[in-house]
Amino acid sequence: MSTHERPLVRGATKGEREVLPQTSAQAEDELWAGGIGWIETLGMSLASLRANPLRTFLTALGVLIGVASVVALLAIGRGSQAAITASITANGANLLTIRTQGPPGQGGVRGAVGEGGTLTVADATALANPQNVPDASFVSPEYSGNAQIVAGALNMNARVTGALPVYPSLHNNTLAEGVFVSEEDNRAMANVVVLGANVAATLFPNGDGLGQQLRMNGKSFQVIGVLASSGGSGFGSVDDGVIVPLNTAQRKLFGARAAVGGEWSVSTIVVQAASSSQTDAALSEINLLLRQRKNLPEDGSSDTFSVLNQAAILQTVTQTTQMLTLFLSAIAAISLLVGGIGIMNIMLVSVRERTREIGLRKALGAREGDIMLQFLFESLALSGVGGLLGLALGAAIAMLVSQSGVLQAQLSLDAALMALGFALAVGLFFGIAPARNAARLDPIVALRYE
Amino acid sequence: MNNMISVRDITRVYHTGEIEVHALRGLSFDIERGEFVAIMGPSGSGKSTLMNLIGCLDTPTTGSYTLDGLPVEQLEMSQLSAVRNRKIGFVFQQFHLLARSTALENVALPLAYRGGIPAAERMARAAESLERVGLGDRMDHRPQQLSGGQQQRVAIARALVTQPALLLADEPTGALDTRTSAEVMDLLTDLNRSGMTVVLVTHEPDVAHSARRLLEIRDGKLMRDVPTAEAWTAHDPHTPHLAPTSGNASPVERARRAGRLPVASRWRKSV
Repeated sequence: MSTHERPLVRGATKGEREVLPQTSAQAEDELWAGGIGWIETLGMSLASLRANPLRTFLTALGVLIGVASVVALLAIGRGSQAAITASITANGANLLTIRTQGPPGQGGVRGAVGEGGTLTVADATALANPQNVPDASFVSPEYSGNAQIVAGALNMNARVTGALPVYPSLHNNTLAEGVFVSEEDNRAMANVVVLGANVAATLFPNGDGLGQQLRMNGKSFQVIGVLASSGGSGFGSVDDGVIVPLNTAQRKLFGARAAVGGEWSVSTIVVQAASSSQTDAALSEINLLLRQRKNLPEDGSSDTFSVLNQAAILQTVTQTTQMLTLFLSAIAAISLLVGGIGIMNIMLVSVRERTREIGLRKALGAREGDIMLQFLFESLALSGVGGLLGLALGAAIAMLVSQSGVLQAQLSLDAALMALGFALAVGLFFGIAPARNAARLDPIVALRYE
Repeated sequence: MNNMISVRDITRVYHTGEIEVHALRGLSFDIERGEFVAIMGPSGSGKSTLMNLIGCLDTPTTGSYTLDGLPVEQLEMSQLSAVRNRKIGFVFQQFHLLARSTALENVALPLAYRGGIPAAERMARAAESLERVGLGDRMDHRPQQLSGGQQQRVAIARALVTQPALLLADEPTGALDTRTSAEVMDLLTDLNRSGMTVVLVTHEPDVAHSARRLLEIRDGKLMRDVPTAEAWTAHDPHTPHLAPTSGNASPVERARRAGRLPVASRWRKSV
């Protein structure tokens, strides 16, 4: 039978026609090479999702809500954790607070005044020696008591702390105006006072407190400074108290109680570790030194003092908040799983609907892997779209919470990536079964499917 | 070797539960390059099974099938996909165009599965192919914007775009009216005259008449292998199923042989 009689069909040139039938080894190699690339397949998947936007959106909605709640909850959790941390560390970080306390087994009854358990200025001086406690950066002996403060017609009861000039270095205080208690003031037992922010606002509503006189326990004091608000509320924030020189507090204001056997006692000694990683070392050094000084057994069984480790408290609170956040996020993640099941459901329907299309693609040369990849990409794209929209919604919710002023939610990149990654994993997992169904369709059956 | 298709003693047995269905019972024939062959037979004769085998959608139970020098019965699934993509252009009764894609995108689809061809070149070749079938002005139309005949021409353009060795048309006019059927058959005839090997599966004598050679299948066996010019000389060309051997058949039997009545014959491996 003769061929090429009429070149009626354009493009069917002789050359092309005659090269194809040559099935040499080289041509055969060429035959098995190639195949559709994944980028092309991804394009097909996205095109079929675009073709039905409402269904795509509704299918992605489950994942969207899941991701949004995970992201929002994590942001709010982190925000509240940061708020709690800030409130605990408002009076300084890495603090170890030493107080007197009766030895265990005495039912909380404290030893009589004058017993060896009392903390003294000498203890503080020993602690401040870098050879004794090398991991401490600052040591602040403090004597606190309450006093009625009168300024003109206004008066209030406030906590009065006797402190040394080192105090603001530990407690992160800054002065709004004036100066802090100086070494000179302490030595001279000067009647000077530095007001906490709230006290200043109460006693001097016009903000003109600096330089004025006020009376505490019947004695006259001059206001030499006002502290800036520290913002914290926990652990006796200095905002609600006033500070006087340590010697003034011990000998003039609370003298009767402070004098102990020729020594002047302090109510607390606050030690700041040089860094957060050194708090544990500082703690054991303090224990060792104080037990030596007070002739207490080294195993700590009858300590007359206790050391409050701020870092340990912080860790406990942080862990609690984290657990709560994780717990809530896990509940939110369940909705992600449910979203994944929604994707699987729709993908199974979609494979059924597009049986003939799958048959055609196979007839045109799509391999099982190509079909599998196309449907996997579809479910991945569904969960990816849901994930991205969920990120946006979650971020919006977190911002709304921040705007409302309840707390400052903290969005974080790693939480966002984790939620998105989890969403994609869900899409992949729940996409496998439908994609495999599609890939395994017999093209003959699929092409005749009604 | 000038054979495009070489079929030797092929059989195809389907297992449906306990039942064995012998769809093909040992066929042998050759089709040369550039031939235009019609495969005819009533429903249940095995012609669909034969078409699936020729189209590399299925493999024979026994026997050998060589397409363009390739031993098809020895190939694996993914290799069969590659053979379908590069060697065979399919034309189906139901067109099977992607409804949401334009004519141009539909025609370019097989080239995407071939791989390694840039998108611009695929579109250019698809456009060229659409011009070949006379639809150069309908490239951006979607299937539902085209008539049945135009849709089938898009499908033919899609079959041609890979420059296949073999054009395999399964009832290409089955869903078309008489006039558009003639258009489609003219197109297939033109393609054959320019060198394309065309295998046509049909049960319509008018359609089969466009081919130059007729393979008639019945009960899974090759009944006749004759030039179409001689196939209907003995009797009325419009009633080919009224062969001398079946002259006394009832009207129902005649209709059934012509494929106009359903026959419980569509056995499938699985659904």
